[in-house]
Formats: sequence, C-alpha cells, structure tokens
Amino acid sequence: MLRYTIHRLLLMIPTLFGVAVLVFVLLRMMPGDIVELRLLMDGGQVSPEALATERARLGLDKSLWLQFYDWITGIMVGDFGTSMWTGRPVIDEIGSRLGLSLQVAIMATVLAIIIAIPLGTIAALYNNSWIDHAIRVFAIAGLAVPSFWLGMLIILALLYSFEWIPPLTYVPIWEDPLHNLSQLIWPAIAVGYRYSAVATRMTRSTLLEVLHEDYIRTARAKGVYERLVISRHAVRNAMLPVVTVVGLEFAFLIGGLVVTEQVFNLNGIGKLFVETVTRNDYTMVQALVMLVAAFFILINFVVDLLYAVLDPRIRYS
Amino acid sequence: MLKRYGAFILAAGALAFATGTADAQTPKRGGILKFAVSAEPPNYDCHGATSFAFIHPVRPHYNTLLKFDEPNYPKVKGDLAQSWTVSPDGLTYTFKLKPNIKFHDGSPMTSADVKATYERIATPPAGVVSIRKAAYEDVASIETPDPQTVVFKLKARNASMLTNFASPWDCIYSAAKLKQDPKFPEKNVMGTGPFKFVEHAAGSHWVGERFADYFEKGKPYLDGYRAIFIRNTAARVNALQAGEVLAEFRGHSPADQTKLVNALGDKVNVHESPWVCSLVVTFNTEKKPFDDARVRRALSLAIDRWQGAQALSKIALVRHVGGLLRPGYELAVSEKEIVQYPGYGKDISKARAEAKKLLADAGVKDLKFKFLNRNVPMPYTPVGVFVIDQWRQIGVTAEHDQPETKAYIGNLRSGNYDVGLDFNCDAVDDPNLQLLKYISADKSSINYGRYNDRKLDDLYEKQKRELDPKKRMALLRDFEKHALTEAYTFPTIWWHRIIVNWKQLKGWHMSPSHYINQDLQDVWLDQ
Repeated sequence: MLRYTIHRLLLMIPTLFGVAVLVFVLLRMMPGDIVELRLLMDGGQVSPEALATERARLGLDKSLWLQFYDWITGIMVGDFGTSMWTGRPVIDEIGSRLGLSLQVAIMATVLAIIIAIPLGTIAALYNNSWIDHAIRVFAIAGLAVPSFWLGMLIILALLYSFEWIPPLTYVPIWEDPLHNLSQLIWPAIAVGYRYSAVATRMTRSTLLEVLHEDYIRTARAKGVYERLVISRHAVRNAMLPVVTVVGLEFAFLIGGLVVTEQVFNLNGIGKLFVETVTRNDYTMVQALVMLVAAFFILINFVVDLLYAVLDPRIRYS
Repeated sequence: MLKRYGAFILAAGALAFATGTADAQTPKRGGILKFAVSAEPPNYDCHGATSFAFIHPVRPHYNTLLKFDEPNYPKVKGDLAQSWTVSPDGLTYTFKLKPNIKFHDGSPMTSADVKATYERIATPPAGVVSIRKAAYEDVASIETPDPQTVVFKLKARNASMLTNFASPWDCIYSAAKLKQDPKFPEKNVMGTGPFKFVEHAAGSHWVGERFADYFEKGKPYLDGYRAIFIRNTAARVNALQAGEVLAEFRGHSPADQTKLVNALGDKVNVHESPWVCSLVVTFNTEKKPFDDARVRRALSLAIDRWQGAQALSKIALVRHVGGLLRPGYELAVSEKEIVQYPGYGKDISKARAEAKKLLADAGVKDLKFKFLNRNVPMPYTPVGVFVIDQWRQIGVTAEHDQPETKAYIGNLRSGNYDVGLDFNCDAVDDPNLQLLKYISADKSSINYGRYNDRKLDDLYEKQKRELDPKKRMALLRDFEKHALTEAYTFPTIWWHRIIVNWKQLKGWHMSPSHYINQDLQDVWLDQ
C-alpha cells in the first residue's frame, strides 16, 4: 500500500508537467493580447510605444521558450509569478479567494450528502412506489436545472419577497459567522441541489444492486434485523461508487463555480477564472489550471485510497 | 381669532417648508457611500490607465490641476489651481495654486509636484507607461518660479490645452515619491484628494476614508466610500434594487432603468444625458471592395439613422444621431446641417436607391462579408443586428461575427477583418481626442481603417492650432464632411447615458462622460 501510494504520488509530477505544457501552449494560441485589452478596452488613444513599454514590462517581448523556462523554473521553487493584470503575486491572488470557494464547495457537499444518502436509500427501499417516483423527480429536476439559474431564482425570490440580497462583501466565518453564512448559504444551496441529485441517483441505483447481492440474502437468512442489514451491509457497500461521485463532484465544484460565483458576486476561484481568462492574464490562468489539475489528481488519489478503506477486498500492492 | 391662527399656521408652514428646503439643499456630513463598479482597475497609476473602472474607485484620492465645472460642462474650473492666465499668443499657461494643499502623508503640495507630474506624463522614465504623452507634446518647458506658481511654455498653440489640464487622468503625484521611485504610483495610492486610501480587496471592493486635512474646508462630506466590484450586470442591478449599493456611475440600459424604476419608484433619481461615446462602422480599406469609397458610402447611405435611433433607444443605450462629435456638444454639427451629409438624409428610400447605384457603379454585386463586432450585449449586439438588417435592405449580406473582447480588439488592430463595429469613446468631447479615430493610420494608432488621408490630417492639425472657436468650428465641419463622404469610418448612433441612483445620494452631477466628475468631494448622503 505504501509502495502504491508513493508510486501514485510520483506519477503526479509528469501529469502536472503535461498539464503545464498544454496550458502554456494553448494559452499562447489564443487570439488577443493582455496589453491591448487592458489599454484599449474602453477606447482612447494609446501609442504603439506605450503598448511596447507595457509588453516589455510584462516580459511578453521574450521568446516563448524563455517565457516557459522562467515560468516552470519558478514553479519548481514555489514561485508562480505575478499576475500580468494586477502585478500582485499569483499565490496571493489565489490564496485570498480559495477559502471562499472551498467553503461554498464544502457547504454544498455537506448539503448534498445530508440530502442524497437518506433520499437515495429511501428511494431504493421503496422502489417503484410513489415515494421513489417523487424522489426521482426531485433528482431529475436537480440535474436539469442549472445551478446558476437556480441561483438567480433564489436571489430574485429574496429580492422580491424581502427586498434583500446576500451581502456582497465577503467576511471570513471566524470574523462574523452570521454575515458569512448569510452570504454563502444561498450559493451552497444552488450548487448543492444539483450535487445532491447526482448523489441521490447514484445511492439509489447502487443500493438497488446491492440489495440483490447474495450476502444481503445471507444476512437476512441468518435473521439479522432488517435495519442492520440495510445500514451495516447494504448502505456501506453501496457507498463505494457514491464516494467516487462525491469526490469528483467536489473537484468539479472547485473549478466549476464559475457562473454561480458571477450570479452571487462571490469573490472566489470561479470568478477569478472567468476574469483572468477574459483578460488573457497568462500567469494567473496557468496557475489556476495547475491548481485545478492538482486538485483533480489529488481527489482521485484520495478516492482510490478510500476504496481500500471501505472495501476490504480491495488492496493495492 | 381663526384668521390670526390661520396666518400663524401658514407662516409656520412656510417656515417649515423653507427650513425643509434649506435642509434638503444643505449638505450633511457623514455616511459611507457604497457604489458598484462593473470592472476593476489593474494597478493604481493614473498616467497609465484608460478605463472608467480605474477612475471610479481611484479618482477620489487625487486632484488634477483643473477639472470640469460639473453643471456647466465642458467649462473648466480650478481644482488645485486657484487661477490661471493664458498669454495672448496662446503659448504660455501660468497657474497659481491654492494654498495649504497637503498630500495624504502630510507633506505640502507645491508647484514642484505639478512639474514632476507633468514631466512624468510628457517624458515618462523608462518602464513607465504614459498614455497621454501626446496631449503634452506641445509643451516646451515647465517652470516653477515659486512654490505656488507653475508655468507651461508651449512650442505651438493648442486649442485643447485647458481641456488637457482638466483631464481626470492627470493625477498630481508627489515629486518626492516619484524621485524615490518613478513607478511608485503603480502600487501605492497617495494624492491630495478628498479621500485617503484604506483598502483594495482584489475582486471584491475598494475603500476610501475622509481626508481630514483636505484643502477644501468642510469637504468632503462623506466619511468614506466603498466601491464594490460587480461584473455581472444582473447582479449589479439586483444590488442597486436591494439598496446594497446606492449608485452605479457608468450607465444602465433602458431595460435596467425600467426594472429599477418599477421596483423602487420615487426612491431613485434617473439622470439622462447624451454620452460622449459612439459605435462606428469601420472598413478595412486594405481589402477589396472596401478600398472603394463608393462601396463604403453606399453602406453608410443604407442605414436609416433617424428611425434606427428611435427604435434602438427603447432597447439599447443609444439614442442620438450625430456626426463625428457628440450631438449637443458646442462644436458639434447641427441637425439642419447634418442632413446634408451622406447617410444622414431623412429620405431613406432615396438614400438606398443611391446606395444601390453606387454599388452597381463600383461593379459590386451580391456583396457578402463578415461583420466583426464585440460580444458585449449592450449596446454592441443590438446595434450590430440593426446595421446588418439595414444593409440587407440594399441586397448586402453581412455575417455577424462576435468574438470576445480581446480577440475583437486583436482582430481590429491587426486588420484581420472586413468590416467592423468599432467604438469611439474618450474621456471628453474635445475634438483633438475624438477625431484621432479618423486621421491617418500612420499618425493614429486607433485608426483601424488602415487608411492615410492627408486632407484629414491637415484639417486636424489646423483645427488643433485654431484658438478662435468660430474658425475652429468651420475647420471641423470641413473635416467632418470629407470624412463622412469618404466614409472610411462613420458613426452609427451615439450613446445615451442613463444613471439610476438612490435619492439620498446628493451632490453628484450628470455629465456626458462617465470618466469625469468622480472625485466625490461634493457628494453627500441625505440620511
């Protein structure tokens, strides 16, 4: 197991290097220029000399090889560079916003699990009853409704009912829990609903499969109480694919809060992603893609390890 | 008895009304103004910035030598300057500075700071980006005979110098700080303005607090301000509707105006004004058949600007028909005169018949091209759709191509387009700024038509040097007539600025530019 863990950790390095090469090349192929965008976006006369000065200041006049070399050697010593748009260190820019996105993602995950596991279990146990149908409608609606649209509905409902919208300025939860929760609970519900729908369907279908397994029949034949059959044998074993879905959905959330953060004006990673891509802020986009890639790799790794914990039959060697 | 009491009640009522009126007019101290900004400044250097997103949060920290007299725009008045004189030959501008002006670090502001600031703009040190360098290319020297006096000597007369000195971008910096580091303003905010810098939370907000030592006694009225960056239009309007912010100073679409007024009724004030911005059709004159003036003029003639202005004003923030200068501006063409220009007549059938004939004369049949536009919904998309429909009516087919802003700008600048919807929008109405779009490409980096026309260059130069407003006006008309006849680039419909602010926001004046009048020193909250 230890050997497997080390092997997987080492494999992350070439994977991340591949991501680095890909994102660097693709970004340079995109049309447009951060300097032109910044200085000409709103009109006004800007001389070619001023544009050239700014390009030189940002290092965009260097060859692509040199730009890549500077960036990759910087990463190796933990320096992700400075944002071409703001001039501030990339790490600071991301660090100041990661907490918010993580909090929304965690809140949405908790909400999803709280909703999905009981609902999925009930639906499986009452298979093809009206309860099952109702839960399936709830889940399908959750998959069909985009999070940002639900977010807009939530905001409009709050606005028209109470002339109130969630606060626009972020305050960390340890500074003012009420302010923080009143801001983040709504986007968490908006994204958590879809998330719960995915997990509910997965819980239901895997539980239905598990309930037909021999060991469940054996447990029942041995006279084990039905409640224990469900909780100890069926649900636990059904959790394996659910864990995968929860893990991957969490990773998706980190990189995927893009539109929802715009709707709620949350200063998180998603909003930063949109802004930096539209600005052609190479250093920021590169760092964000690397961050999300690292997150996905790490979550996949953790899910694989959790498999072994949840299912004694799985052992990596 | 009743009569006596009646008179008393009437008098008391009159007094109460008078007091109430006086109270409503007398600025109150205190409060934090929260307003929305739809974008965010990248760094803090006024001299290297071009966006309103910079002006709105940053301008309250600074002063300029002159500024626009808000209710009497485009007249200028002193900001740091107490008074000024211009020599009869128009070559010497002498400014007397107001006394007791301090920077936010407590150091006194003198003529040396003004000199250092303008030298930085006119001759930027290595690595410093100066956007408005060209505006001061006529300055030969800057002298400081005493700490309160600064003298600009010009090499040649320039009709726009006073407007230049009122530019909202020419923030006055500390000479001492610039001497330490010419790039100091990029990462630091330290001016003489009514508000001191407190905080910039990237992506979130910007905070300024009242500068207690501000040289205008009793001002500013606000304790501070908080600019909140809200990129999403719906989120911005929702924030206004909920009262999370009291203002947004760039402008709203007619639909958002209606939504806010319906929701908030008399809780808001609606300000409207023609806007010093226009969307212009520009041709890549290096590509056939757009190198032929007949084709370009035909496409201008096909557009019914008068009907289009009425129809589009209901759905987009455009409303005014005008030439190369904003309709209503003192140097702009009158309606009586403009209807004589190609594409501006009111008989659209006649114009379109002429357009078809011009295309036939040029040997152009079934003209098809890609029409490059910006993927910004307001007002680019509706204006683009409108223009394409107008061309369809003379048998021309244009495919609407709307890439995102950076690709759009890149294509325009590199000439990777056939016909494009470009924008012309600078801080003020000044012809030296507004006409730069139209002069030859080898003299103007924002001429995306890629043409050279020496007649336009000559007329531009002459109007620039002409100090007599009547003579300058005549030169401007010659310029305009020639530019619109050649039709390398022509305006569609000018923008209309709509601002919806909560009523307790007082002391802010509407203007045709979203770049000026944003120092907030006269703004107060009636609460």
